[in-house]
Amino acid sequence: MSNPIVPSSLTASAAESGTKAALNLNSAGQKPYGGPDWSRFAKVDWLLLPLLGVVVVIVLWFALSATLSKDLPNPTRTWEASKSYVLEPFAYRGELDQGILRFTWLSLVLVAKGYVIALLVGTPLGFVLGLSKTMTKALDPIIQVLRPVSPLAWLPLGMVLFLGAGKQASELAALFTIAVCAMWPTVLNTAVGVRAIPTDYLNVAKVLKLSRWKTLTKVMIPATLPYMFAGFRLSLGIAWLVIVAAEMLTGRPGVGGFLWQQYNALVYEQIILCILTIGVVGFILDRLMSVVERRFKTA
Amino acid sequence: MSAYCELFNLTKIYPSPKGPAVIVKDFNLRLTEGEFVTLIGHSGCGKSTVLSMVAGLNGITDGGIILAGRELAGPGPDRGVVFQSPSLLPWLTAFENVMLGINQVFFTAPKHEREQIAEYYLSVVGLADAMHKRPAELSQGMRQRVGIARAFALKPKMLLLDEPFGMLDSLTRYELQAVLLDLWRKNRISALMVTHDVDEALYLSDRVVCMTDGPEAEVGDIVEVKFPRPRDRKAVMEHPDYYPLRERLIEFLEVHAHRRRPKAGAA
Ligand SMILES: Nc1ncnc2c1ncn2[C@@H]1O[C@H](COP(=O)(O)OP(=O)(O)OP(=O)(O)O)[C@@H](O)[C@H]1O
Ligand SMILES: [Mg+2]
Repeated sequence: MSNPIVPSSLTASAAESGTKAALNLNSAGQKPYGGPDWSRFAKVDWLLLPLLGVVVVIVLWFALSATLSKDLPNPTRTWEASKSYVLEPFAYRGELDQGILRFTWLSLVLVAKGYVIALLVGTPLGFVLGLSKTMTKALDPIIQVLRPVSPLAWLPLGMVLFLGAGKQASELAALFTIAVCAMWPTVLNTAVGVRAIPTDYLNVAKVLKLSRWKTLTKVMIPATLPYMFAGFRLSLGIAWLVIVAAEMLTGRPGVGGFLWQQYNALVYEQIILCILTIGVVGFILDRLMSVVERRFKTA
Repeated sequence: MSAYCELFNLTKIYPSPKGPAVIVKDFNLRLTEGEFVTLIGHSGCGKSTVLSMVAGLNGITDGGIILAGRELAGPGPDRGVVFQSPSLLPWLTAFENVMLGINQVFFTAPKHEREQIAEYYLSVVGLADAMHKRPAELSQGMRQRVGIARAFALKPKMLLLDEPFGMLDSLTRYELQAVLLDLWRKNRISALMVTHDVDEALYLSDRVVCMTDGPEAEVGDIVEVKFPRPRDRKAVMEHPDYYPLRERLIEFLEVHAHRRRPKAGAA
């Protein structure tokens, strides 16, 4: 089943252009079975070009910190100051002074909890919206209004909601914010998927007189899975985006909390380290989800 | 012979912005037990509408359907339906697709017996080696074989087929017609089938029902087809009655089908 919601992955197209370049070299006079050289060119293509990109960015960074923005630590200073966090990724020197992977782990745990809540609430809600026109009419305006609200706006509300929870308030508020922000793609994609279930499949269920429960579990859920997973993937991306904001505002230990704390302490060297970590982790999460998603695409 | 399945004054009206659209009006047909009847008519006249009303997938505006002495209300596994597109569930293997219905209908039978039923029908339609493949790995013709096996495996009282071979190339179509005829003969299930193909209708059926054009489509002509059974395609085509019957059907489609009833008010 093809899925229009999922953007084609960047790496796939990069690999494709790599192959194309290789083919061009091939047609440009190399012997087709002549030797291993042209395939090595292809590898160089996807290894060298990204490296070149990185080098250019680092050079620009040097230039920027030397000219326009004197407060920005340059790459060497950043590395010097970040070294201990990277080389001892699991060190614990204090609540807000831990190795980078330890921080990452704390953030991931929080994201996982919030994400699970988002899925547990979002998937059934999506099914309800997909199944019932009345519910869609009733809830769609609310969803459209709530969806664009920034996590920065939700967090204070979460704090107020869980004020009575005492020490747990900041964690609960963070979970609330992650869940509320991350669930919309799951809700909407699931609803689209339910509406897109081919009538043929539903007719099969009708002819066999499957019970409501069996129709749901044997026909509707499997038919909707590809859409659901497309939503899950987008939701995970948002959950990870939100975590940083949530940690900043609540001061919880984690990558985002660390970033904000260092900034407030006027220590700017680790900001880039945190940004890179957030980006890399987000990228890895997205890749993992796309692998899972692809497994359900043909199903 | 007494009617096993009776469609009486079957009528379908859709509401439309320009007032109610009468698609089928007072459609009357009686099938005897074990009879094979095909329904032909121009595209859009309402053949699928009639069939889906019998299947219970489409609401009946007026009239009714009696099957084996009981008036039908809604869909049920007592009617095996073969759709134009095989409509297999793509996440299940061929075997699992057939089992879905078997588990539903024969839920009292032990598991291995249910599995035997599925295996038997899949083998009969020629899928013994491919029954554990998913629909995506099967050709269009193989998928339709699964659809046929799925319908027969439930031992329905009646078989409903809506252009089951319409999407197949002619060679595959011939093969599947033979498979269908063979299964039908062994099981003696009354069958109502929609088709566009006059030759297919003559080869398979005991009677061919010609529908007039819609709106307000009804039974126009009924042609008895009395070739001896079991039928062999070549023998059927060489039968002296074959061409006269074929001419009669084609003439109906070309000339009489367009004649509206006077009250329809068309020129
Ligand atoms: N849900 C609907 N609402 C309104 N009109 C409908 C609806 N479904 C079908 N029709 C109309 O009913 C008429 C008969 O449709 P039907 O599908 O039964 O034709 P058919 O004889 O099976 O045609 P074909 O041979 O092309 O399959 C058509 O004119 C169609 O436009
Ligand atoms: Mg039709």
